[in-house]
Amino acid sequence: MTAQIPYDHQAELEDVLERCNALRQAPVPSGDALPEGYTGTLGHFPVYFPEEIAHAAGLLPVSVLGGGNKLEMKHADARMGSFVCSICRSTAELGLNGSLQSLSGFITHPICDAAKHLAGIWSRNFPEQLSQILYLPQNVNTPGAVRYVAAEYQRLRAELERKTGRSISDEALRASIRVYNENRRLLRDLYAVRRDEPWKLSCTESYLLTRARTRIPCEEHNALLGRALDAIGQRRQAAQDKPRVVFVGGFCEQPPLEMLETIDGNCYVVDDDLLVGLRWLTSDVPDAGDPVWALAESFVERSAASPVQHDARKTKEGYLMEMISSSRADGAVLTAAKFCEPGLDEQVAWSKHLDQLRVPYLVLEFEEKMTSFEQMGMQVETFAESLLFTLA
Amino acid sequence: MTTATLENAPAGAPAAAPFDARAEGQRLFSDWYAALADAPARGQPVANVFVMGNAVEILRTFDFQLVFPEINSLQTGVRKASEEYIRVSEDYGMSPDVCSYVKADVGLILKEQHHPAGQIPKADIAIASNMCSTFIKWAEIWERMLNTPAFVLDLPGQRGGNWQVRPGDAQHAADARWVEAQFRDLIEKCERITGKRFDMDRLAEVEDRVNRMVYHWNNVMQLNRVCPAPYNAMLDGLTYIGIMNVYRGTTEGVEFMRRLEDEIRGKVARGEGRVAQERFRLLFSGTPCYVSMRRLIELFETWGGVFAYSDYLTFAAGGMDAGELVYDTSRPLESLAEITALAAQRGLSNQFFAHERLAQQVRDYDVDGIVFHGIKSCRFVSSGMADTRDYLNRRLQVPSLYIESDLIDPRYWSDAQIKNRVDAFFESLHQQGGGAPLAPKTVAAEAGRAA
Ligand code: SF4
Ligand code: SF4
Repeated sequence: MTAQIPYDHQAELEDVLERCNALRQAPVPSGDALPEGYTGTLGHFPVYFPEEIAHAAGLLPVSVLGGGNKLEMKHADARMGSFVCSICRSTAELGLNGSLQSLSGFITHPICDAAKHLAGIWSRNFPEQLSQILYLPQNVNTPGAVRYVAAEYQRLRAELERKTGRSISDEALRASIRVYNENRRLLRDLYAVRRDEPWKLSCTESYLLTRARTRIPCEEHNALLGRALDAIGQRRQAAQDKPRVVFVGGFCEQPPLEMLETIDGNCYVVDDDLLVGLRWLTSDVPDAGDPVWALAESFVERSAASPVQHDARKTKEGYLMEMISSSRADGAVLTAAKFCEPGLDEQVAWSKHLDQLRVPYLVLEFEEKMTSFEQMGMQVETFAESLLFTLA
Repeated sequence: MTTATLENAPAGAPAAAPFDARAEGQRLFSDWYAALADAPARGQPVANVFVMGNAVEILRTFDFQLVFPEINSLQTGVRKASEEYIRVSEDYGMSPDVCSYVKADVGLILKEQHHPAGQIPKADIAIASNMCSTFIKWAEIWERMLNTPAFVLDLPGQRGGNWQVRPGDAQHAADARWVEAQFRDLIEKCERITGKRFDMDRLAEVEDRVNRMVYHWNNVMQLNRVCPAPYNAMLDGLTYIGIMNVYRGTTEGVEFMRRLEDEIRGKVARGEGRVAQERFRLLFSGTPCYVSMRRLIELFETWGGVFAYSDYLTFAAGGMDAGELVYDTSRPLESLAEITALAAQRGLSNQFFAHERLAQQVRDYDVDGIVFHGIKSCRFVSSGMADTRDYLNRRLQVPSLYIESDLIDPRYWSDAQIKNRVDAFFESLHQQGGGAPLAPKTVAAEAGRAA
């Protein structure tokens, strides 16, 4: 009989977070490193991609999120203008330096023009990969949008079938939907902790936990999140005197981890739009009936919001205010990636709106390749102090 | 498909009076700006539209006065007032790193719609397609600052390299069905705004006029395949596409294009080129720099270099020269959706796979090189440009020049630097044996006979 090892929730959480951080920097798996049951990987660019379709095709969906601040740019500077955002440039670099050569395909979306151009760069440089734009609609309000999205998903399904030589049955799609529904539930739980007991889970930790899905099968991510949530539930950390804020501007290009840590050091980030594409569908996708229709309908009817999706039902100011009020935040950190046109436009609109409503906010611009955070640290500290002062 | 339009369109008939396209273009533009200023007094509904994917045919059916905010912005550049408008918007908070057209327009809003060309009316609706994603962000600014409702027209674009859509195939049918659904939705909105019932016959009439304009426009484009090129695509061509946009679907537009074609045919027949001694035929890829366009052209023309074609003439005129784009006026709405979807793929969103069409156009226009004009303002044209250039250099050995400035922000124009680069480009073309001095290529006699 073996002695029972006492459960150390803190060690367990640290273990999970360490794995997540390793995954953040991990290369795209290929060959023998592919998880069992997968024949290849399908890269996709932010924001949203219906991973279920790739999952059901036996292709591991891999979010391509740029190169972070450790990547040396050797090729992309000559291929993309200096005025293009970092995530596009470093994604091109990852392609050109061979880091993404094992992908079976790379799919981007009409979120902005720089992102659409990545499909062209891919088709010129990596013609062996399936490089496409998945034309998700910018008009989700006209009757017929669901039908259009379903047709676009069917097209993707057929492309992946051709690429893998394997048909994707409705049943396989429904099974994938169920796995992702579980994931959506777990991620909602994670964000509920942030909202209700932010001292138990920092924004950086939650980001790492979420981001892990970009390199491993969803089933494995579910298990990882389950372990993390158990351990977080047992964390006994006392609440500190920090203001509650929401973070916006992380929907596409990834802010450096150090930036999130800097904000965590001074504030409780009780909601954010980091990796919002991985959490795009806000409730369960029906797992009965036509699975492609179910995914399409969820995209149109039950989805999140971002600066790169127009939807007359959700104004940008409206969803920011909804984030602030539902998370009972005291203020907002309005960020934008340098050279990100949609993000920069929104930052102006948001700040004007918060001015009108007298909601305190801090404006920050970031670049994935940033390495110095001292000045940002001072700005955040001053902002947090002023918030606490107003709240006192 | 209706062919009556094409059969009836006179080709090559001599114009009654000499036609000065530039002067006539200016007159039409002044008329248009005057009509803008008067629209509120007339009680005419107003629509903001962009040049790529705009449903103008439907709006004209409802008698909307059209405002082209991109043209307003570029006109601030042409009239040397853009910096002031841009500064006002940057003071308001707009980032230096976004499209300068948007910034000039925000400046215009902050200046209570006072434009150097006249007062710009506020719109009752804005149509923003997804062809350039900035259109949508721009329309959202009007939603906020002017309470103008935005209708986003979602056009499924070219999905990948070598993406061939043929009229009537399953993909085209599916895409057109979605576009048609949106047109029906838009029509309902227009009915509510104007209080008028939609009139299908009027739509057919507008389409017939567009067909005729496009017929002449295609011929005008084709005629520049001749050596020497009768016009400069990046100077004269800018007036032409201005008319293609602003007067699309009008009798004035048809007449302008008809007379323009006649005039250019006459030049071709006489062997008259835009430059006295055409030594280099070039293709311009990108957007103009409206603040310094004459200067830029001068830098090229002094070397005998003429822009025989520019992709700007295709995408900034709605992609209508991209082939087979003729409305079937016997089924106006369905045809409008089908052609709009095709134009989106063949003439607009193919910008993201620019190497394909540029490779073709290099052959069609028999050019000696490509000039790429990259600008921070416009990621729609610029983001993939350096890579496209690299590809064309490597695969097709097409000589090219890359220069950078801006559409309308004079702060990005560096005269000495651009002149140096242009001169060095021509020196290298000479060294490569291109364009022998004072030895213009022979006129391709058959070119310009458009099908
Ligand atoms: S960061 Fe902004 S500009 Fe860059 S790809 Fe994403 S949405 Fe486009
Ligand atoms: S980004 Fe380019 S195409 Fe888009 S609005 Fe600006 S200038 Fe026009």
